[in-house]
Amino acid sequence: MSFTMKRRSVLLGSGALMLGACTKISDSEAGTRFFETVDDWQMGLQRALRARNALAPEYAPEDISPTFRGNGSTDPQNDGYPEHVTNGFADWRFTVTGLVERPLSFTLDQIMTLPQRTQITRHDCVEGWSAIGQWTGPQLSTFLELARVREGANYVVFRCADDYTRGRYYESIDMDDAYHPQTIIAHRLNGEPLPVKNGAPLRARVERQLGYKHAKYLTGIELVASLDAIGLGKGGYWEDYGGYQWYAGM
Amino acid sequence: MRHFVSTRIWHWINLIAIVVLFMSGLNISNAHPYLYWGDWGFSPTQAWLAVPRFPGWMTIPDYYSLAKARDWHLLMAFPFAFGLLGMWIAMLWNGHFRRDIKTARREWRWSAIRADIAKHLRFDFTHGEGKYNFLQKIAYGAVFGVLLPGMVLTGLAISPGMEPSLWWLVDIFGGRQSARSLHFLCAWGLFGFFVVHVLLVLLSGPVGQLRAMILGGDHQPTNPPFARPAKPEGESA
Repeated sequence: MSFTMKRRSVLLGSGALMLGACTKISDSEAGTRFFETVDDWQMGLQRALRARNALAPEYAPEDISPTFRGNGSTDPQNDGYPEHVTNGFADWRFTVTGLVERPLSFTLDQIMTLPQRTQITRHDCVEGWSAIGQWTGPQLSTFLELARVREGANYVVFRCADDYTRGRYYESIDMDDAYHPQTIIAHRLNGEPLPVKNGAPLRARVERQLGYKHAKYLTGIELVASLDAIGLGKGGYWEDYGGYQWYAGM
Repeated sequence: MRHFVSTRIWHWINLIAIVVLFMSGLNISNAHPYLYWGDWGFSPTQAWLAVPRFPGWMTIPDYYSLAKARDWHLLMAFPFAFGLLGMWIAMLWNGHFRRDIKTARREWRWSAIRADIAKHLRFDFTHGEGKYNFLQKIAYGAVFGVLLPGMVLTGLAISPGMEPSLWWLVDIFGGRQSARSLHFLCAWGLFGFFVVHVLLVLLSGPVGQLRAMILGGDHQPTNPPFARPAKPEGESA
């Protein structure tokens, strides 16, 4: 009996140790690096299983959710953003900088004159919820072609106007998603100018990834060769401060 | 009557994967503990279920971290999914499915089912021909045929990066939020199986059962002391 008891406690004990080890591994430097590698494999696998420009599903107008939830920053108060809201973003600029032959700066009016794409897509937050909305704006590829991307550019960094709890928001995607037809710089939601809670006046739509990649309050994009020198080097606000995966396709 | 080596290896890999997936999954649930039907849903008023918050001792890691829980969840999804695929191939290949899990028509007779239930209620786990009795076949069949593949498929369906290729799968489940709800329900279905499974192993000679699942020895389930097996036929009651 005591032998069985001992064996049982060994079993239970090793189970508890294993679970405790999960937390320890997560909290360690090596564990963090390991999971970054796993994130890379997962991106490779998902991309191997679909065509490069495979589209996310688009919905019919009757599928649009009655409201579109705002999350993260929903009413930035820093660096003159409230003043931009007051004057209707008349002085807002969207710049294209970094590894381009022709750095550019656009007013909102100029952005409206570019070819537009409208898409009704589903937004999936990393937390688990979803909302459906209709987005309108130029494709990111339009800006990249106008600015002429230089050789060696591997990432598009989204520059944002909002400070979240730990600092300025930013995000990044690679050229695969940057040139994707559904990756747009949206200025309208459901036919109306983008509301403040959803990122007015401009937000990114990266339809094959989770919500935190869809940076809001965009002031520009920057083409870079590496993400090492941006923020804390992990490619985004949540990646730097929250430990989220850079590739957010799962 | 011995367990195949493929069964034994898969059983333990799957146990580790499923425990980590379940506990990290509870942590992920805490991020937005509301479930919806259909394509979308984002506020408690739209939810069909407000899920209770799971305490740290039930989750991986043992404090709230959506990021770290997702790391573990998305890591263990791979041994879980590919392990299941391998197990199915092995089961079909080596005859385990046909011989031990597939039911025969005669087993679906109500009298036979009733007799099997009555036998379980008497804690009588000895059986005659065949590795598994009817209730075991139904339980393993539901786990292998519905719950385990259900976890994999609903998991794939809630992954936005898979949707360009697997949009039809999302449609089958009735939308992404339905798939997410079914993911949650299948997980608790598996938990229910896990509890009953462990309980029955403990009641039917746990040392022999464990040895059989680790080393592959031939083990006949034994009855607990309080079992009341029916008297063999012929003896008067």
